[in-house]
Amino acid sequence: MPEVTVRKQKIRKNSVRTRLIIFGVLALLLLLASIFAEYLTPYDPYIQDLNNAKAAPTPAHLFGTDRYGRDMLSRVIVGSRASIYSTLLLVAIITAIGTCVGVFCGWHGKFIDVVLMRISDMFLAFPGLVFALAVAGVLGGGLQNAIIALAAISWPKYARIARSQTLAQKETPYLKAAKLSGSSTVKIIFKHILPNIIGPILVTSMLDIGTMMMELAGLSFLGLGAKPPTAEWGSMMSDTRSLLTTAPWVTLSPGFAIFISVMVFNLLGDTIRDYADPRSRGGR
Amino acid sequence: MKKYVIHRLIQLIPVLFGITLLSFAMMRIAGSDAITELYGDKGAVAQEIIDAKRAELGLDRPFIEQYFSWLTGMLRGDMGVSYVSGKNVFDTFVAKLPATLLLTLLSIIATILISIPLGVLAAVNHDRIVDYILRFLSFIGNSLPNFFVALLLMQLLSIKLGWLPVISNGTTLRSAIMPTLTLAIAMSAKYMRQVRATVLEELNKDYVTGAKARGVRNHVILWKSVIKSSMLTIITLLALSIGSLLGGTAIIESIFMWDGVGKLAVDSITMRDYPLIQAYVVWMAIIYVCVNLITDLLYHALDPRIRLGVSEDA
Repeated sequence: MPEVTVRKQKIRKNSVRTRLIIFGVLALLLLLASIFAEYLTPYDPYIQDLNNAKAAPTPAHLFGTDRYGRDMLSRVIVGSRASIYSTLLLVAIITAIGTCVGVFCGWHGKFIDVVLMRISDMFLAFPGLVFALAVAGVLGGGLQNAIIALAAISWPKYARIARSQTLAQKETPYLKAAKLSGSSTVKIIFKHILPNIIGPILVTSMLDIGTMMMELAGLSFLGLGAKPPTAEWGSMMSDTRSLLTTAPWVTLSPGFAIFISVMVFNLLGDTIRDYADPRSRGGR
Repeated sequence: MKKYVIHRLIQLIPVLFGITLLSFAMMRIAGSDAITELYGDKGAVAQEIIDAKRAELGLDRPFIEQYFSWLTGMLRGDMGVSYVSGKNVFDTFVAKLPATLLLTLLSIIATILISIPLGVLAAVNHDRIVDYILRFLSFIGNSLPNFFVALLLMQLLSIKLGWLPVISNGTTLRSAIMPTLTLAIAMSAKYMRQVRATVLEELNKDYVTGAKARGVRNHVILWKSVIKSSMLTIITLLALSIGSLLGGTAIIESIFMWDGVGKLAVDSITMRDYPLIQAYVVWMAIIYVCVNLITDLLYHALDPRIRLGVSEDA
């Protein structure tokens, strides 16, 4: 029954597009919220009101207040700056570095390729978080250093993808023709190779956002990321751990914020993968 | 097979070399060596004393020379002494290792017990309501950071229900329940998906259709053929995850005060106790590489298809 299959495919394609729009908009909203966080808070997130400390959630304070009477909703909103914005920055950095190294290795080949790929093997040989912990520990805490630590362990994956894609492109007839006709290396890389390989790389980076967000929050939770009083979800949870018995909303509300953001970005990543690669559709 | 083992062992050498070199270089780059740790907070110290101490500790020698003396020391189990406690680093590390290995082992067992039955269930009920529910749960589990799971479990099991102590009191099975569960939830969410995909792929093979056509009952096909042949892939995937588990224990150990190497590492990082951090990184990486190697070799030894493929190449 060919008609049935065609119809089914059409429906599937439409549903993927709908999902893409929904999750894309949600992710964009989160991103905008993190950029304009200061203007969205109902209260000043740093103002203390000791008379109203550790108040349970009420309509006035939806997530309650912390031990200094600071409004938790405002703190969670402001925390999105450090959490979402820096995660996206981190993913952008590793995508850029990995792609540059990968394209360079694939294009140039020879000795430098061997050396850089051995180095990336070395990084891949470390169990991820162990190495990130050590790097963050050596550099000392701070959000910037946590980003460097996670970037140091994550770029090789992108370098590998970019390299293999570049190698595949290099063998295609059109690229050989471009080379023969005297195009410069810069032109070949930017005009021919990059546009053709960027798809799979971007899909990988979209799928990585959720994981990176959790790892960054994890480092902050251990005190190796953002430092108080900067509001960051991971460190907020770790600072208020002792309140878990008396005021659980203080500890748990940043957790839910991480959970929801990670979920939105994971859904977006999955949808983009489905959109780009029809074979992976249907929950396989 | 023998050739393959030797090939893999030879490949291991540059990797181990790289791991140790990187760990050593990292601690040097940190810019804070033993001297600053010793005299940093004691005000002005005469340059002669610093130079003498430097020579005594061998810090005035070239980098490569220092690296090799450190490497040979490490192989003999001599990794220097902790800046904070003054105790032998290697002994401290080894003393804490069993707790972490126990936690890892328990989490893997729990993961197997959770993810394999649920994954098979989802695959068998492909695209039906059970499958959707399980996929949804696995998705939720994948989006939960493990420290959040840990705090939720604490809130639920210790504070609300009062079943378990909030922090562990020693390395007992009772206090291992919550850390194990935390690690297993994240792992299971991931592995349920992979088990489902593997079993589903096997279910779609021609021999299954053939067996069905010959009237073999569904559960016989499932248990005697499909699960048996999927199991190897599943176990391999699980074994390959030990590395990420070893790294992930650090956060969980420090939340639940589980006295393993992960907590030791986090504590040493706060105290800037570089020799201990170094020991943690190097040994975790070595354990990780070795576990991956053993898994890979076992996989080759157990699966005749791959074994034959390799001997054809050789």
